[in-house]
Amino acid sequence: MSEALLNFILNAIPVGITLLLGALGEIIVEKAGHLNLGIPGIMCMGGAGSCVALQMMAGSKLHPVLIVLIATIVCFLVGTLMGLLYSFLTVSLRANQNVTGLVMTTFGVSMTNYVVTYVSWEKCQYALPYFRYPFGGSIWQYCGWMVAFAILLTLLVSFVLKKTRVGLHLRAVGENPGAADAVGIKVTLYKYLATCIGCGISALGGLYYIMVYVGSQEAYKSIEPMGWLAVALVIFALWRPVLALVGGLLFGIFFVANSYLPTLFGWHLGLEMTYLLKMLPYVFTILVLVIISIRNKKENQPPAGLGVPYFREER
Amino acid sequence: MNQNISLELRGVSKFFGPVIANNKVDLTVYKGEILAILGENGCGKTTLMNMISGIYYPDEGQIFVGGDEAVIRSPQDAFRYKIGMIHQHFKLVDVFTAAENITMGVKDGKKYSLKAVNDKVFDLCKRYGFHIDPRKKIHEMSVSEKQTVEILKVLYRGADILILDEPTAVLTPQETDKLFQVLRKMREDGKSILIITHKLHEVMSISDRVAVLRKGEHIATVETADTNEAALTEMMVGKKVSLNIDRPEPENPTPRLEVKGLTLSDEDGRKILDDITFTANAGEILGIAGIAGSGQKELLESIAGLQKLNAGEVFYLHPESGVPENLKGKSPVQIRDLGVRLSFVPEDRLGMGLVGNMDIVDNMMLRSYKKGHFMFLDRKKPKKLAEEIIESLEVSTPGVSTPVRRLSGGNVQKVLVGREISSAPTVLMAAYPVRGLDINSSYTIYNLLTKQKQKGVAVIFVGEDLDVLLELCDRIMVICGGKVTGICDGRSITKEEVGLLMTKDDRKKKAKEGGESDEQGEKQSKE
Repeated sequence: MSEALLNFILNAIPVGITLLLGALGEIIVEKAGHLNLGIPGIMCMGGAGSCVALQMMAGSKLHPVLIVLIATIVCFLVGTLMGLLYSFLTVSLRANQNVTGLVMTTFGVSMTNYVVTYVSWEKCQYALPYFRYPFGGSIWQYCGWMVAFAILLTLLVSFVLKKTRVGLHLRAVGENPGAADAVGIKVTLYKYLATCIGCGISALGGLYYIMVYVGSQEAYKSIEPMGWLAVALVIFALWRPVLALVGGLLFGIFFVANSYLPTLFGWHLGLEMTYLLKMLPYVFTILVLVIISIRNKKENQPPAGLGVPYFREER
Repeated sequence: MNQNISLELRGVSKFFGPVIANNKVDLTVYKGEILAILGENGCGKTTLMNMISGIYYPDEGQIFVGGDEAVIRSPQDAFRYKIGMIHQHFKLVDVFTAAENITMGVKDGKKYSLKAVNDKVFDLCKRYGFHIDPRKKIHEMSVSEKQTVEILKVLYRGADILILDEPTAVLTPQETDKLFQVLRKMREDGKSILIITHKLHEVMSISDRVAVLRKGEHIATVETADTNEAALTEMMVGKKVSLNIDRPEPENPTPRLEVKGLTLSDEDGRKILDDITFTANAGEILGIAGIAGSGQKELLESIAGLQKLNAGEVFYLHPESGVPENLKGKSPVQIRDLGVRLSFVPEDRLGMGLVGNMDIVDNMMLRSYKKGHFMFLDRKKPKKLAEEIIESLEVSTPGVSTPVRRLSGGNVQKVLVGREISSAPTVLMAAYPVRGLDINSSYTIYNLLTKQKQKGVAVIFVGEDLDVLLELCDRIMVICGGKVTGICDGRSITKEEVGLLMTKDDRKKKAKEGGESDEQGEKQSKE
């Protein structure tokens, strides 16, 4: 019983952390007033990019820590590049954000399909233990060092948003770019930086998903749904990083529940129930939307400038 | 070099493509004075101020601050020269507190601490006589409080030159007086204040000197004490304008519209309109006064059949027979089918009144789209009507097929009012029809309304400028917080009385709620 429960939790956590990383990046982007629906594509590209890096480092005599570090940085940079493309289109060219985001997703997913034909999984497998058990084989380390990293990052983002001048300015840019511009905040710079950093963080979710949770070639195909869940999680968490951590774990529990409920409680579920369980996070997100829309409390609303391109008034 | 000059413009020009917004403007501002900038719409007042505050960069000319040439390329640069602008449309973040809005964008190198900001704001409040709690969120504030935050934002940055763009447009007379007291205190403190306003009597009461602009050019700067309203208008318009609105006595007014106990709640069950009862007479202009957002818009929409009423009746009395017809619960189409000729000029011209991307003819057809043969539209009559309106109301447009959104605010309004009047209404409702219009266009609209009144139309006019309401309307109904606080005779009531009625309800509420927060504020300031 207790082992089953432990397994259950240990499987829910990686899913939760994957979603958390995706959502955390998206929160930063949305706080700057940009709705990035390209997260699924960016997570795919991040995962594929790091696999390419790992394959190139296969057989080298680099220290495992360095290998992990390089793969992570490559993943972040791939996300940043996607973010740069997105912000060039939406900030500088003022293209419609929804359309651009969806294009980023379709582009990212198809590009990943192309890239992974050049990646042989056998050459990447060597890195799995580096991500999963960097400090030996203890069961608690199964989730990997990235759990600690993700949680610290969440707290850091939360602190920056709430307690620092940079956070205040970023929120101002997302709420009312005109007001921010009038007091001399560099709106375009903030939007670019937030989008690039946010997309980089989201991309890490893809790396984590492949190397820690799935650990096989199959992972590429299932990142995209994770990306959409991450977008839903942003709304569920009311644009708050710490709530995204809690919500991510909750979503993770629902996501893996179908495999563990039979052993845990002796419930036997049909295939249809499995899909119903996996759908629950979306149902919750809809419920959250309904509740915040009815209560209409200003603090729980999305950033007021979300999705609206900013022009400095031309006469 | 005169030590007392704080700001000087020499030959400043700004062009937007072929349009000359400002042409070689010279302007001098002294320390410790209030300079009013006066001019019609589109005369380049705001553009000029935007160049001083760093939103635009002048194409020609120089700006001197404190005797040295200043290069102001951004609002940040302007702050460096201790220049701050309070915009007409507030630039505040709704979900932030006052303190967060005030400290936003400040780079003083100090540690970010909201407590320090609060303390500094309390000091400023004490010095200039503001009343505000820096921890209150903007979306919980009244318009006048928001304006206070904007002013504090500028003072917090240590501005010595303050520019206010039409600060009184959204205030009640009482709030305006309070603002003027604060401005006078700042003047005593040695600050230079530039204030843009349309309202001549305010210019006379607050300013030391007046600079008049016309068509982008600086006409003259005069001492306020040496001039009068008529002379200023003449400088502003370039010709003599009679500032008196013609108000003929209503001819045998008969009740046309009777509203009884009208009540409307929003989704949360909060009452927007509370038991509103009044009668609008044919051949009379009924003015509706109130602070913006007191329920004026909803009241007109309720009558026009656009709102679902909770309680109350709206009776329309037919002009010939005098038979009452209840309009409650009927849609605009049903109301029209009853033979009720109701015209509505909504507040939001391009949102509810006209379709911006369509041309003038198509917009005329919004009223006649059901006419025509079978499934084809009749475009001839609307086209003729559009041409008539353009001619009679002097709409300046390249042609009837120009999209409406390309026209200036005044011309858009003329098209809308023209269309509504052309349907020969018996009830004409207009919400803020002169908002954003210059003096000439405004008077055109006032005269149109008066003409309709003389034709025996019941005119309902929602206005924001009390001086105009008092000159134009036969009766004035004041609403406050969705309640009627008084219906008075437009010829005998004074502005102060109307102002008091506009805040009647609020003061009672504030005495209960506001008492607490004021105490808190005082406690904080003592600490």
